[in-house]
Amino acid sequence: MKPDEKNHRRDFIRGAIAVLIGGATLTAARSRSPRLVWQIDPEKCTRCGRCATHCVLAPSAVKCFHSYSICGYCDLCGGYLRPDAKGRDTGAENQLCPTAAIKRTYIEDPYYQYKIDEDLCIGCGICVEGCDVFGNGSMYLQVKHDLCVNCNECAIARACPSDAFRRIPASEAYLLKSDQEKRIS
Amino acid sequence: MRKKIYRPKEVRNPFLLLSLCFLCLFVAINSYAEFRFPMPEFSTGYEHPAVHTPMPANSMVAWDAVVLIVTLALASFLVLKRRKRREIFWLTIFSVIYFGFVRNGCVCSVGSVQNIMAGISNSSYGIPITVLIFFAAPLIFALLFGRVFCSAVCPLGAIQEAVAVKPVKVPPAVDKVLSVFPFIYLGLAALSVTMDAGFIICQYDPFVGFFRMGASFSMLIFGAVMLIVGVFVARPYCRYLCPYGVLLNWCSKLSWKHAVITPSECIQCNLCAGSCPYNAINEPSADEEPESRTRGARRLGFLMLLLPVLTAAGFGVGGFLKEPLSRMHPTVRLAERVAGEELGRYETTNIESEAFRGSDQPIEELYAEAVEIKDDFQKGSRWFGAFIGLVIGSKLISVSILRKRDGYEPDKGTCYSCGRCFKYCPVKATED
Repeated sequence: MKPDEKNHRRDFIRGAIAVLIGGATLTAARSRSPRLVWQIDPEKCTRCGRCATHCVLAPSAVKCFHSYSICGYCDLCGGYLRPDAKGRDTGAENQLCPTAAIKRTYIEDPYYQYKIDEDLCIGCGICVEGCDVFGNGSMYLQVKHDLCVNCNECAIARACPSDAFRRIPASEAYLLKSDQEKRIS
Repeated sequence: MRKKIYRPKEVRNPFLLLSLCFLCLFVAINSYAEFRFPMPEFSTGYEHPAVHTPMPANSMVAWDAVVLIVTLALASFLVLKRRKRREIFWLTIFSVIYFGFVRNGCVCSVGSVQNIMAGISNSSYGIPITVLIFFAAPLIFALLFGRVFCSAVCPLGAIQEAVAVKPVKVPPAVDKVLSVFPFIYLGLAALSVTMDAGFIICQYDPFVGFFRMGASFSMLIFGAVMLIVGVFVARPYCRYLCPYGVLLNWCSKLSWKHAVITPSECIQCNLCAGSCPYNAINEPSADEEPESRTRGARRLGFLMLLLPVLTAAGFGVGGFLKEPLSRMHPTVRLAERVAGEELGRYETTNIESEAFRGSDQPIEELYAEAVEIKDDFQKGSRWFGAFIGLVIGSKLISVSILRKRDGYEPDKGTCYSCGRCFKYCPVKATED
């Protein structure tokens, strides 16, 4: 084979490969779905605690969200107080949250507001369990998207036992428990 | 049970007790009501705050594609024109810092293979344009200029390049055998993606834990072992595992302009041969042929016939891999766990099985689902086996072909264009 002929053949194969790469890329791209982000479906979440331990970030990008609009503002809050709490006050020994990330403030008799300090929250879901068992379920876990690095494959999603993680469009990046909350945000 | 736990020991506020009783009554009557406690109406005019829902950070992503292409172009320029190992190395350091530590090593081209495979197998899977660029750009550059992506852009390659201080030569035979593993990894990744069992390349990425400064213990150990081995065996991940390297290798073999060791005519001084830690420098062919022509031709003919045999054998053997490979899928693992618990093989339940039992899905449905997935794996693992058979057959053919070379040349497929050999060449570039 002449060198010239060989070069032509190489050019041809190179072109073919380039077409192949382009073809594969375009085939893969045929779905024009919007940019997706990971989120937790609060209805499926079983509060196993893996959100706190399996995120690639430390502390986890999963935080407790509190939908005030569906909160009962109870004095006896299942998400704030330990089941065996000696009193209904802000004493550390009474608090359910391991990092004391829930701030309780008095509003009016007999209502108290509970606010999550996201810097302290580790996303363990202990309060979520408490609020769900004895409360309105206004506390629930969500991926906070200013923290989430949106991994190709979410490490928590892989570890999630209840299949609660799914990808949703980035324009509607949260699965909030109440429609009312959606409107506010 | 619940009430017992939450009953306050002393009730200080009689109003609260009354309201609680009322509430219980309310809940009992309106058993269909969604919330246990009604939302209070505040007399002080308190308005509840909105939930803070920050939007996903978006700005960096488009930049990444730009930075990628600029770095690729710069790497090509350094490798082909400047030919200075030191400059290539500094670009490598930049890539480790930017793509690794700043961007947390995600998304990377190595992992993007899986997105592409997912996009091809599942028509509803959406892929961001950035990921498409991360997949295609290094391959296009490899078609043009060789594996410049590996040389100075890939953060996984770069971190290994930085630790390869005492590289030893791996015997070429060992090198050849180990080079089958990237194909196996690629095949497994394809199987896992098409079967919807997860992105294993991301899962077993050895260095992303360092980039993010946090990973599971086993992954940190794996990464540390890779780095320690990498001190002596340069780039162990790139050479013996990287599945994207398979594609880059193919593209680079056909590259339009590849890095050369000698800027002009090779004088066959043998100085560069020892400089390459990757066995990627091909020596000039000996004057006399190592064996008679007929003997070589006969063997080549035999290997050509062996190729379909090996492929068919792989197809057959692949069927036996159904059971272990199907355990990549979480549903199969869960079904086996639940079945084991039902048979009393385990003393306790685990988190997965508890979550399953807490849901309202019947066990039979889970079993049926798992059986269906296993059937898919039956087919998938056969094709996987056939692919591996084909790869081994092709490797045997490629090692038995004698190519004529006049001087020392980089092996276009396996050369990472790292630039180590440049300074060993005593020949100066001739002015055009």
